[in-house]
Amino acid sequence: MTDNADLSRRHFLMAATALTGGVGVVATAVPFVASFRPSARAQALGAPVEVDISKLEPGALIKVEWRGRAIMVLRRTDFMLDKLTEVEAELADPASEASVQPAYATNEHRSIRPEYLIIEGVCTHLGCAPTPRFDVAPADLGSDWPGGFYCPCHGSKFDLSGRVYSGVPAPTNLSVPPHRYLTESTLLIGSDTGAA
Amino acid sequence: MSASAADMFDRLGRGMSSLRGWIDARFPMTKLIKEHATEYYASKNFNIWYGFGVLATVVLVLQLVTGIYLTMNYKPSAAEAFASVEYIMRDVEWGWLIRYLHSTGASAFFVVVYLHMFRALLYGSYKKPRELIWLIGMFIYVCLMAEAFFGYLLPWGNMSYWGAQVIVSLFGAVPVVGEALAEWIRGDFYISDITLNRFFAFHVIAVPLMLVLLVVVHIMALHEVGSNNPDGIEIKNYPDSSGKPIDGVAFHPYHTSKDLVIITGFLILFSFVVFFAPEMGGLFLEHANFEPANTLQTPEHIAPIWYFTPFYAILRAVPNKLFGVALMGLAVLLPFFLPWLDRCRVKSIRYRGWTYKLALSVFAVSFLVLGYLGLQPVTDTYTAMSRIFTAAYFAFFLLMPFYTSREKTKPVPDRVT
Repeated sequence: MTDNADLSRRHFLMAATALTGGVGVVATAVPFVASFRPSARAQALGAPVEVDISKLEPGALIKVEWRGRAIMVLRRTDFMLDKLTEVEAELADPASEASVQPAYATNEHRSIRPEYLIIEGVCTHLGCAPTPRFDVAPADLGSDWPGGFYCPCHGSKFDLSGRVYSGVPAPTNLSVPPHRYLTESTLLIGSDTGAA
Repeated sequence: MSASAADMFDRLGRGMSSLRGWIDARFPMTKLIKEHATEYYASKNFNIWYGFGVLATVVLVLQLVTGIYLTMNYKPSAAEAFASVEYIMRDVEWGWLIRYLHSTGASAFFVVVYLHMFRALLYGSYKKPRELIWLIGMFIYVCLMAEAFFGYLLPWGNMSYWGAQVIVSLFGAVPVVGEALAEWIRGDFYISDITLNRFFAFHVIAVPLMLVLLVVVHIMALHEVGSNNPDGIEIKNYPDSSGKPIDGVAFHPYHTSKDLVIITGFLILFSFVVFFAPEMGGLFLEHANFEPANTLQTPEHIAPIWYFTPFYAILRAVPNKLFGVALMGLAVLLPFFLPWLDRCRVKSIRYRGWTYKLALSVFAVSFLVLGYLGLQPVTDTYTAMSRIFTAAYFAFFLLMPFYTSREKTKPVPDRVT
């Protein structure tokens, strides 16, 4: 029998079977791989949140939860805003070219209105929560610390616009989430187009 | 003994042997027992270093049994997980013991596995013909790391939460697809109930199945080529007239009875930890994990559990996210290539030259120091030290082809000493 076998036909059939089977395996894998993605409920829970900033004093910071992360809303004083230009030389990405923020926050103060900073409290290194450290020249951060955000996990430092300093593990500035002002004193975090 | 009792035992014996014959005709029971126990010959000169494989098996069984018990009362949901662990600790009969056995068992697993791996480095157990045993072993180690990582999220304490956050973020460092990949792993925009539930599935089903399978394959590969020994010579090369190695003794009953003593000794130490120091001063159960997960507040000082700290120190040593993550991955990957990086033909440290002895000592010290540094907060001194010892860690592997190829070795004896 072997002598009469049509080997090229056999090879073709084997390759065709393997190929068809392979396509089947890949097709079957699709639902299993896709099942890992955020479910409809998880996506619905990630909807934008509204924040009232009317009671926020100058120099004060509030944290709002959006998609499980802390969004920090800081009302900067003039003293704080002056610091932004002073530290520029020590920053890794002062113009926020490599960082994540909407177009309307791609500026020195990284916000729509210079006074209010809205940034994600998620370190761009490994996702720890950076601590607001507005105290100038504290013992642990050194006499040249002008105030900013400090990540206790791996020592990344950010200025008062969430811009990262050079020579720390975090690669980019703290991200600015999409946001917009619904009224003079109401913020919508998580979307810059629709309503809450 | 009365005649009737002797008669009874006689009949029982005949009954047993006919039962064995009945099974053997249908399943290779006696054959397997002979191959893997009563006629598996391992060197007679084993020392204490050869006890850690059997201890790893003991701990694996302990983790499987206590793990099954824990799942009976644990609730894998963000709302209930933390409270259900406290419930196990306070209200479930002997729940505290079962949980402490499991949490201490996790640390014990890494202790014995690290010592088991160090044994291979000492006596060249990864060298030809045992390369595959080493590779399978490395896969077991990686599985074990995954198992420990998934399990660590389950108590839903604050350190659980932020530990998972940091490790999942590592995948975010991958260029272009990183963020999508991290989201895919979490199944949400942050570490949430969904993440906890799937980590539970991995921890109790997927990874344990893989682990058990790999352990079986590891032992099968070992029994195919035979165990190494502290002299690093092949006992199969000196068989007696019946073909059995002269320097080997049957695994059962000789090695098993010795192993029972080792297991007893281990269990004494293990029980001491379980009953008197289950937290090990925050090393086995971290203090920050006694408060529930808080998505908005990172623990003051975040550190992984001790068995991951050497790699964590390597990650922190690099002031660049992508490069740091890549270097940490490489630190886990490099040992896989050990059988091919080591060019020296002599296996055992007893007959190897000073270069390997020095290199292995530097490596062992580096691993321990990195482990210590990974637990400490970031300071300039510690970062500088991390960089030096990270360099030493990598030098051990990357320079190995050079310092082992011109190594001045001692003559290796033909028979075990």
